[in-house]
Amino acid sequence: MKVKKTIIYFLLAVWALVVLFPFYWMVLSSVKSYASYAGEKIPKFFTLTPTFENYTSAFTAVPLAKYFANTLIFTLLTTALMVIVIIFAAYAFARIDFKGRNLLFIMFLALMMIPNELVIITNFVTITNLDLRNTFTGLILPSVTSVFYIYLLKENFEQVPDELYYAAKVDGTSDLKYLFKVMVPICRPTIITVIILKVIECWNSYVWPRLITDDPMYYLVSNGIQEIRENGFGRDNIPAMMAAVVAVSVPLIILFLIFRKKIMAGVSREGIKG
Amino acid sequence: MSKKTLSGVNSVATNISGWVYLLPALLFLIAFMVYPLIDVFIYSFEEGYNSASQSSFGIGLYNYAYILRDPYFLKAVKNTFILVIITVPISTVLSLLISLGLNSIKALKNMFQTIFFLPYVTNTLAVGLVFMILFQKTPYTDGLVNLIIGKFGISPIDFIDGPYWAKMLVLSVYVIWIVMPFKILILTSALASVPDVYYQSARIDGTSSWRMFWRITLPMISPMIVYLVITGFIGAFKAYSDAVAIFGIDLNAAGMNTIVGYVYDMLYGDGGGYPSYASAAAIVLFAIVLTITVINLIVSRKATDIT
Repeated sequence: MKVKKTIIYFLLAVWALVVLFPFYWMVLSSVKSYASYAGEKIPKFFTLTPTFENYTSAFTAVPLAKYFANTLIFTLLTTALMVIVIIFAAYAFARIDFKGRNLLFIMFLALMMIPNELVIITNFVTITNLDLRNTFTGLILPSVTSVFYIYLLKENFEQVPDELYYAAKVDGTSDLKYLFKVMVPICRPTIITVIILKVIECWNSYVWPRLITDDPMYYLVSNGIQEIRENGFGRDNIPAMMAAVVAVSVPLIILFLIFRKKIMAGVSREGIKG
Repeated sequence: MSKKTLSGVNSVATNISGWVYLLPALLFLIAFMVYPLIDVFIYSFEEGYNSASQSSFGIGLYNYAYILRDPYFLKAVKNTFILVIITVPISTVLSLLISLGLNSIKALKNMFQTIFFLPYVTNTLAVGLVFMILFQKTPYTDGLVNLIIGKFGISPIDFIDGPYWAKMLVLSVYVIWIVMPFKILILTSALASVPDVYYQSARIDGTSSWRMFWRITLPMISPMIVYLVITGFIGAFKAYSDAVAIFGIDLNAAGMNTIVGYVYDMLYGDGGGYPSYASAAAIVLFAIVLTITVINLIVSRKATDIT
């Protein structure tokens, strides 16, 4: 029994190593000076003379700060707009008994199965024809709704007891006020989960920004990293490249460590939707 | 189902307010999902459509015929199928083993779960660069992976710019690394939800743990495994940014393009400007994905019928 446990721990530790090693390697490479990195015929597993010069050049030689600012604006605007849109939609489905509700909800659920790759072609043409390439509007518009998050929030809204609604109605509270004073506060945990998942999605989005922006002034971090790789510091300046990679990865890792439980619970909900 | 409002069932005011609350979501969904979904089929049948002049010669199957003869498309299909066949089984089995391990320990379980989930929250493009330098062979250095396999007497291989199988190996390793967190998460919670009473009574009967796994654990979590296999197939068929992260934007030149990569290349970029070809390729991709999903469902239903 003891032997078996030891083997299990050993194998789990091996996988942990596989997961963590790339992170270790990027941090390690980012603090090696260019000269020492290029001089290592055989890569060294540690360095005794860490330097931060690569981080300076990552933020000065290429517009990494600009990419960060763009990503931040994109993420905040997209998430904020989406939250408003889905709160209203989820409320309608959960609370308002309008004609055609059930049929419409089924149609919404059917939309969940449509893969992004099928609709992105027309969206690209639409945004191009509207002259919205290289604008935040063009970047944001297609991703301000999410059927899955509407579904998630609707389920949560439905758990709020009807009695609260009737009581509010007797007091003469309007629907809108009830939604924001009662429903939203009660369902805050779900809304926060949705926000975090959306932020992660926005921070990592690559394909749509790649199609819609070719002006580096509008690049998000993913496209920025790709740009740095193709013609940033010169192909061989790996340490500076790794400094940029670390800078891009750190915000999400911090977010994950803070909201670990919420993120993992939210993602496993995503698994159950199938 | 029938929640009655104070103002009466389905009063005019209620009907209107329902649609008003839904209006923003509806507008966005119609503009960016419903209309594009119809449009992509129209594009795929419009022959000789040109973005610049926005005109086409006629309606027909020319676009499909074109892409099915295009060597780049056939290469992309081949790459995608190989990637799917390698990564889906390996990642599913590996994540099952890891989840079984996780479920049998108590100490450090949380720490391991946190670590294992990390790749999920990382930027695919950024971390792909790290994989590239780990595998890359340059004039200055053979790279870390070559250093390690050199210890076993294997001569250095250029994984990023070298033989086809080596490139496919790197891509598969990276794809597996990326998809594992989701599968581990789902399987660990599926395993944890198997009621303990089953194991207890099996233990009283003196059942071996091997037998318990096949007779209790596997049947209980099989719906989740089926789900993971299906979503795994779908996800792997749509692989793209992983390949860009490792081989750069010009995937055709690297010979490592995927079907989704082909769609985007046709749409935009140096060889782009052909939404019709892109649409035809996207529809072929989803015909493939749909077929595989249906086959998966039939096979899994048969398999669960037997047990």
